Amino acid sequence: MPGTGPEAARDASLPARAKIAVTAGKMAAALSQKAGRGSGSVIGGKIALKLDPDLLATLAEHLDVVLVSATNGKTTTTRLIAEALRAAGPVVSNALGANMPAGITAALAGGSEARFGVIEVDEKYLATVARDTRPKAIALLNLSRDQLDRAAETRMMAEKWREGLKDSDAVIIANADDPLVTWAASSCKKVVWVAAGQAWKEDAWSCPSCGGVMQRPGEDWFCSQCGFRRPNPHWALQGTHVIDPHRGAWPIQLQLPGRANLANATSSAAVAAVFGVAPQVALQRMQTVAAVAGRYDVVQYQGRDVRLLLAKNPAGWLETFTLIDQPPAPVVLSVNALDADGTDTSWLWDVDYERLAGHPIFVMGQRKLDLAVRLEVAGLQFQVVDTLEQAVRLAPPGRIEAIANYTAFQQLRKAVAV
Amino acid sequence: MSYPADPQFQQPQQQQYGRPSRMNESSLRLVWVYPDLLSTYGDRGNALVVERRARQRGLGVTRIDVRSDQAVPTSGDIYLIGGGEDRPQRLAAERLRNDGGLVRAAENGAIIFSVCAGYQILGREFINDLGEREPGLGLLDVWTTRGEGARCVGDVLADVDPQLGLPQLTGFENHQGVTHLGEGVKPLASVRTGRGNGTGDGTEGAYRETVFGTYLHGPVMARNPAVADMLIKLALDVSALPPADTTWYDALRAERIAATSQPA
Ligand SMILES: [Zn+2]
Repeated sequence: MPGTGPEAARDASLPARAKIAVTAGKMAAALSQKAGRGSGSVIGGKIALKLDPDLLATLAEHLDVVLVSATNGKTTTTRLIAEALRAAGPVVSNALGANMPAGITAALAGGSEARFGVIEVDEKYLATVARDTRPKAIALLNLSRDQLDRAAETRMMAEKWREGLKDSDAVIIANADDPLVTWAASSCKKVVWVAAGQAWKEDAWSCPSCGGVMQRPGEDWFCSQCGFRRPNPHWALQGTHVIDPHRGAWPIQLQLPGRANLANATSSAAVAAVFGVAPQVALQRMQTVAAVAGRYDVVQYQGRDVRLLLAKNPAGWLETFTLIDQPPAPVVLSVNALDADGTDTSWLWDVDYERLAGHPIFVMGQRKLDLAVRLEVAGLQFQVVDTLEQAVRLAPPGRIEAIANYTAFQQLRKAVAV
Repeated sequence: MSYPADPQFQQPQQQQYGRPSRMNESSLRLVWVYPDLLSTYGDRGNALVVERRARQRGLGVTRIDVRSDQAVPTSGDIYLIGGGEDRPQRLAAERLRNDGGLVRAAENGAIIFSVCAGYQILGREFINDLGEREPGLGLLDVWTTRGEGARCVGDVLADVDPQLGLPQLTGFENHQGVTHLGEGVKPLASVRTGRGNGTGDGTEGAYRETVFGTYLHGPVMARNPAVADMLIKLALDVSALPPADTTWYDALRAERIAATSQPA
């Protein structure tokens, strides 16, 4: 949070209490940064919020706010929407993924005379942040199992969204292919449905409304018991094109790989349209995004190309498997179970590692032995290694795909930075 | 994962090992009960490990994934029922009571291995998501109440009832329920680390003849392949199986047992 520049003007117009809070937050952040504890934005935000609990609301007042929430893809989508909306005006965003109230407050306090606030929000805090920031639009991408030792159940999360958003005046941009998201959004006043697809289906075989068994013929889904069914989409991802509500088809040309990012771009185009940014303009701007917080980054390491891919939960791994290079591209898998990852590794058994057949596989990370048993049972050949360096040394030629969960990914980034 | 069972698992293979005691089919029939409702904590892993361990012994395996709108077949050899969230657990109990297949299978002497929510369902009753007493299937003489304190979450280490001849159990638990054991069952194990049944008496899980219940996931077979082997032996009615490699399981077990403290 730099303290000078254009935002000084905005700060001057803030109410006294908010001004004090913003200043205190900036000082705390600067101290924390000096002490070598990262950007310090979260600690700054925490202190600022303590001094002025309404600060988030105050900061959001002059912005057109867009909230983005999901189990997977929220950081990337926030970035895509931010790029798209820059066509219409300056944007402030929590681009580094600090997505709880303190981090969001810090990001907005650091914003200048932005017109748009594009904000990634942790699933659990969506209702609260929506109440405080009075967003114009909310994008809901997907809900699936994640960190079972700490997180709430997926259906309860959908219920929380449903309760928390039903009185919101925001336009809800929701994924019609995810029954849990659809359930959450279907009580809202204004919904734009996007057929963004969903590869992972294991969290929605039971109807979120009545508990009936969901029928899923092809792309469709419906509950045979209560009639809850997939809404007709306004927007759709079709191959590599966005189909807009007027049936216009716009090519998506992203630097980011994979079906999931095509879906993220489709939802982002639908959000941009709410603010009058045409899909072709929005998509063109999204094309500039190359990597998001190190994800999808191709780095040079030990004279080899290594692509860094983050996959935090079964749905994320499934999407990641669809975008990696074909065999015999070597694959490095790294899994940790620190607090930030969730300490329960049972989710490894919900991932179809069988899909890696044919790839030379290297296994590392704090929980490499859990992964080794998983791969043994999948009938795969693999090598267990201690470091990325060792994996790279042993890997046959070709670009190396390194897939890791949260803290393991941070460690890979550190390893390749030296 | 797709329901019903993946076609690759539906082709019975020629049995190459073991005498077909209770097995009137040419392969082991492995039934996974209600993966649409009870498959939250990697429960598929138990099915995969049993299948893998059986195939490594040259056995054919027919895996049948039974969705909760389908009838539970009564002719399975091994039934697996997993963990789930509160509402799906109630729905599963309702549907299993109405269906009756699992109870009939048990009466025929089927082997049933249950985890967490599935374990509670096999008991006499549990507290459902509405806070009401929900009848279970009564296949195990246990009943489950809701714990007052914090949820039981974390790594578990437990010594198995010596009669079962199994090595220490290692796993991960995550439950609010407290399961009380009646006269008709024995505790499956006693905990060294972790909460197990949550009653404070150190017991973990329960079993009677060939019906088993545990709070351990991990999933439990991945960390304890001897449990999968025990089920296969019971199904074949043999006391030993040909050896099958356990290198990686052993390494994982050693690591988890070392990582989990071992008070006396
Ligand atoms: Zn329904």
